Amino acid sequence: MRISKSPWLLHYDGSSCNGCDIEVLASTAPRFDVERFGIINTGNPKHADIFLCTGGVNSQNKDVVRQIYDQMPDPKVVLACGICACDGGIFKDCYNILGGTDTVIPVDVYVPGCAVRPEAIIDGVVKALKILDEKAEKMKRGEYRSLTSAEYAEKIASKDGSDGEALQEEKDA
Amino acid sequence: MASKRSVIPFGPQHPVLPEPIHIDLVTEDEKVVEAIPSIGFVHRGLEHLVTKKDFGEMVYVAERICGICSFGHGYGYVNAIEHIMDIHPTDRARYVRTLLFELSRMHSHILWLGLMADAFGFESLFMETWKYREKVLDMLEAATGGRVIFSIIRIGGLRKDVPDDVLKGFLPELDNIVEGIKACEKSFLSDPAVLSRLKGVGYLSKEDAINLSCEGPMLRASGVAHDNRTRGYAAYDDVDFEIITSDEGDSYGRCYVRIQEIYQSADIIRQCIEKMPQEGIYVPIKGFPNGEYMTIIEQPRGGACYYVHASGKKFIERMRVRTPTFANIPALAKTLQGCDVADVPILVVTIDPCISCTER
Amino acid sequence: MLENLEEIELVGLLNKIKEIKTDGWLVMQICATKIGENYELLYTFGKDYDVKHVKITVEPGVHVPSVTDIFPAAFLYENEIHDLFGIEVDGINHDYKGGLYRTATPAPFA
Repeated sequence: MRISKSPWLLHYDGSSCNGCDIEVLASTAPRFDVERFGIINTGNPKHADIFLCTGGVNSQNKDVVRQIYDQMPDPKVVLACGICACDGGIFKDCYNILGGTDTVIPVDVYVPGCAVRPEAIIDGVVKALKILDEKAEKMKRGEYRSLTSAEYAEKIASKDGSDGEALQEEKDA
Repeated sequence: MASKRSVIPFGPQHPVLPEPIHIDLVTEDEKVVEAIPSIGFVHRGLEHLVTKKDFGEMVYVAERICGICSFGHGYGYVNAIEHIMDIHPTDRARYVRTLLFELSRMHSHILWLGLMADAFGFESLFMETWKYREKVLDMLEAATGGRVIFSIIRIGGLRKDVPDDVLKGFLPELDNIVEGIKACEKSFLSDPAVLSRLKGVGYLSKEDAINLSCEGPMLRASGVAHDNRTRGYAAYDDVDFEIITSDEGDSYGRCYVRIQEIYQSADIIRQCIEKMPQEGIYVPIKGFPNGEYMTIIEQPRGGACYYVHASGKKFIERMRVRTPTFANIPALAKTLQGCDVADVPILVVTIDPCISCTER
Repeated sequence: MLENLEEIELVGLLNKIKEIKTDGWLVMQICATKIGENYELLYTFGKDYDVKHVKITVEPGVHVPSVTDIFPAAFLYENEIHDLFGIEVDGINHDYKGGLYRTATPAPFA
């Protein structure tokens, strides 16, 4: 039985403008109906397989995002929905935005768009399901474990010799 | 037995909205005695982008204050700049703007109805209302190309025209939507189970609504006939509409006002399509804005103020937006006093909060 | 170009606002703008569909009195001015003490 038959999804609104969140909600409503893929929207990170993040990360919610990610069981995939979650988007230059979701946790699928269209969200989720299956297969063979957010921060730091946020600042400059 | 006070934190992640808001509820047993709202989770600081984006690009930033009332935010900023630069958009641009404004209001109010149904646990009603919201979004998409963020407005007019045959095609769609909402209205306004969750919940007297500087449907549901559309911006001078009020002052009254406003918006759109003038959509602009102005418009959630201070340079000095939710938060804190803990989700939804607007 | 604008001195602020309240006006918004080194505070009031503005100019470091004794619902605006511009507002009825927006950089507009 593959895990992608019934993945549970957790949505977190970083500092989005609401546009992407409404589209995420709309994709669970009758017109687009992601539930036909067996997807259930859950509020509990420990139940979730897919982490869907909208909006950029700021200093207030970066620990919330990290904590949600670390609480999710393996295998898990992260979906950055909307251009703000991908790289900060139009708000990249704002003083209170650190950048996209990948400033704090590893991202598997990037779904661009402002606002992201429900079709694109579904497409992204279906892509994520493939990755989820691959991860589950590798886990069975004992070859895979996802990075914790702390390890991810180290990985970013080692590429750059400084910490993850500084890397983002450099990207901006 | 003396009851003990305890504090229940509500949010930032909570079941009623996808957006984070935090309220500390001071409770005595099941009753809330005080509510202290705190915001700041989605603060981006976009007003500060005036130093990095020029006054033309700021239109797109203004639209992204909020994904629900996006068109209104773009309009408010553009209107302030047009006043400062003394630009008069063409009649067709004014009418199309009004039409898009009302479509946004319809989609926002239907969205609210769905969230409200979800808050009182009527899942199928939530799905039903959102079905009609998709029809409104289809019309917005046909007109502008976008579902949520349109970017069709620009200083001096519009970026593209909406062809007449597309506009004509809206008329049967509007009838469908109104018919659908009429069917949902029965559940919202006469179902006994729903009434027990709405009637008398979150009562706000007329005096309180005025003194707390409430805005929009919150104010009108408490019996105050105040609608900024009567100021006559865009083409609101040329269409007929009456301010909808209710004397109930509770969640039922707010529900009633919003449902009636959906029909009213459909009516204004029909009038716009009927009277749509034929001429260009764009007036070229020259130079940079110099001066200050404040535009006040009626967003779906209430009055919003757009203050622009420019000094004749490419970059303006200040853009400041006072959004309706910001003005309604003191009223939320007031209505939460004395309510049951179980009614808190309904009361939070009842002001139609838009947190990304509030914090910008 | 603001209609109905009155520019006054900081010392006369509270008296002016009391007068406005007695005339039946309600607070619509309060905001700050940085012009050069100084800050302009714009108080906007509404009565039905009429709007009235009061503007004061303050230098950096000057404390501004709170108007929340007169208009209790104005506390959010004053906290916002404190958090974004670093202007000290004395005597707010609900003082968040810099905790309204909790920005990473204090007073980003200053």
